[in-house]
Amino acid sequence: MSENLTPSGEPSYLQYKGRYRGIFAWIFSTDHKRVGLLYLWSIMTFFIVGAILGLLMKMELISPGKNIMGPQTYNGFFTLHGIIMIFLIVIPGLPAVFGNFFLPIMIGARDVAFPRLNLTSWWLYMLGAVVVLTSQFTGGGPPDTGWTFYAPYSFQTPTNMLPAVTGAFILGFSSILTGLNFIVTIHRMRAPGMSWFKMPLFPWSLYATAWIQVIATPIVGVTLLMIIAERTLNIGFFNPALGGDPILYQHLFWIYSHPAVYIMILPAMGAISEIIPTFSRKTIFGYKAIIASTVAIAFVGYFVWGHHMFTSGMSGVALYTFSILTFLVAIPSAIKVFNWVSTMHKASINLQTPFYWAVSFIFVFMIGGFSGLVLGALSTNVHLHDTHFVVAHFHFIVFGGTGFAFFGAMHYWFPKVFGRQYDAGWANIGWLTFFIGFVTLYGPMFYLGIAGMPRRYYDYVEVFHGGNIISSFGAIILIAGAGIIIANLVKSAIYGEEAKQNPWGGITLEWQVPSPPPLENFDEIPHITKGPYDYS
Amino acid sequence: MDNNGKPHIVPYKNHIAVLAVLLILTALSVAVTSIELGPLTVTVALLLATAKALVVLIYFMHLKFDNIIYSIMVAFVMFSIISIIVITFLDYLFR
Ligand code: HEM
Ligand SMILES: [Cu+2]
Repeated sequence: MSENLTPSGEPSYLQYKGRYRGIFAWIFSTDHKRVGLLYLWSIMTFFIVGAILGLLMKMELISPGKNIMGPQTYNGFFTLHGIIMIFLIVIPGLPAVFGNFFLPIMIGARDVAFPRLNLTSWWLYMLGAVVVLTSQFTGGGPPDTGWTFYAPYSFQTPTNMLPAVTGAFILGFSSILTGLNFIVTIHRMRAPGMSWFKMPLFPWSLYATAWIQVIATPIVGVTLLMIIAERTLNIGFFNPALGGDPILYQHLFWIYSHPAVYIMILPAMGAISEIIPTFSRKTIFGYKAIIASTVAIAFVGYFVWGHHMFTSGMSGVALYTFSILTFLVAIPSAIKVFNWVSTMHKASINLQTPFYWAVSFIFVFMIGGFSGLVLGALSTNVHLHDTHFVVAHFHFIVFGGTGFAFFGAMHYWFPKVFGRQYDAGWANIGWLTFFIGFVTLYGPMFYLGIAGMPRRYYDYVEVFHGGNIISSFGAIILIAGAGIIIANLVKSAIYGEEAKQNPWGGITLEWQVPSPPPLENFDEIPHITKGPYDYS
Repeated sequence: MDNNGKPHIVPYKNHIAVLAVLLILTALSVAVTSIELGPLTVTVALLLATAKALVVLIYFMHLKFDNIIYSIMVAFVMFSIISIIVITFLDYLFR
């Protein structure tokens, strides 16, 4: 791609030659854009593994009885599927890939505040991943507790828990370091003139997320260490026989893991808040309201973890406190939806692939959010907890929310990242197939859950057969869609047409640098005078 | 925003004082376990731990001399953690 020289004749970050050659030029590069791509490739690889595990589980569930695997294998599958999808994909997800790549560019900086720490985060991420995966091949066999590692089972199961828990611990460090890096970067490295309220919304969402990463992740770190201490040293934190309390484990786990769901969704909302104004060619509606709701979600999100434990035997006071707080957190989420929709109102919309992803994001996110309220109400929760309804809820909101936003961001920023344009026809076909597959796969799970089908079983009774057939076929369609999308993107990254500097007419800073950007992004650091979405 | 904390080179005396305070508080938190405080046991332990953390943050880690923004950040984190602990005890105290 020798054509991609900046106006001052610098090579792009893809061609830049530093101290190392070949793969070392990537795995030892501290350039925030290369680190972002390292994460992209790692996450894509794990996603393919996780998706295949998911597909195999759906093939087991296509009809009652044992089809392709027995109960122990199935338990191992949903555990590994959950660990991969949550800890290796959606938690690092948008911040590690698009945050690393675009945060410095969008705030007019040459890199993040601590480039080496940034590379260290990726190395820790890979180390954690390897440690987690060794649990599959060594010791007592694949862990079977589910990604939540609930006590007391997690200190009783003969399966190989220690590597899984240690790996998750290491992954936590990677997440904390990324968060710390972003907080410092945003505080100290904004371009001259970029006051807090001139900062685009994706950096804002990364800022709120970074605080969650820094404050909440240590709690799960300590909790995982407590499991290790319990298993190896017999210290009674959670084991009643040793004077511990199993519900304490659930508290500690969800004190992290509920805020963690906001680590997943806030950057996704940030990316959507970039895509919608660009393709509506209009200022975002309620810029400050979106910021306020981002901060409010991050803050209130700390105090609702108990809604995962309504049936575990908490006190009544705790039950209704958590239920009320859970309902409160839905308000800022709704504010954002109203803002996005109002931005599109009377806009001259440019219907392109990223926009399709953004509107379908809003659709599935709303279904996920409303089902969250159904689960947040005490009476209905008792009926629905640990059924397929919960599985539907979090897939709609995590896969439908974070996943759709990830693909949307991918199609939005692809020309900037690779300097090439993808085939829009195939991208749209991929999106449509994926969307149809998604709704077919997870939609019936709402019904199955209400009808009483529990989660985390390899088998079910005959009455649930119909819904499961539809759902399993949905999985096949969805995988086909994902295949089309990934094949199209990979092919276009190599052979696609050259991309223009600003193919969508965006006005945030990343569209003002060449595609792909040069090593240090800007020849001259820009001076910011206007707000980020000023289309006037 | 620039890093205009006050210049600060603290004498060794301060470090020794911090160490002494930490040791005394540690001894205290061991000593109180011999008194039966019921549900207040955890509260007392947490208060002593907070005091230790504050001494370290303010004097040993020089929060005292730094830009006020860092103190605000730490205060905000403390506030979040305290709220989380209080809410957790809505379960334990009313079970
Ligand atoms: C409108 C806001 C939301 C509400 C009211 C809500 C409510 C709930 C409730 C009550 C549960 C527990 C169900 C049960 O086990 O009985 C739950 C589970 C879950 N939610 Fe949400 N939720 C919301 C948003 C989100 C978001 C934004 C995410 C992630 C991006 C998310 C991810 C999850 C996950 C992963 C689980 C299942 C965890 C497990 O047991 O494996 N939720 N949600
Ligand atoms: Cu939650």
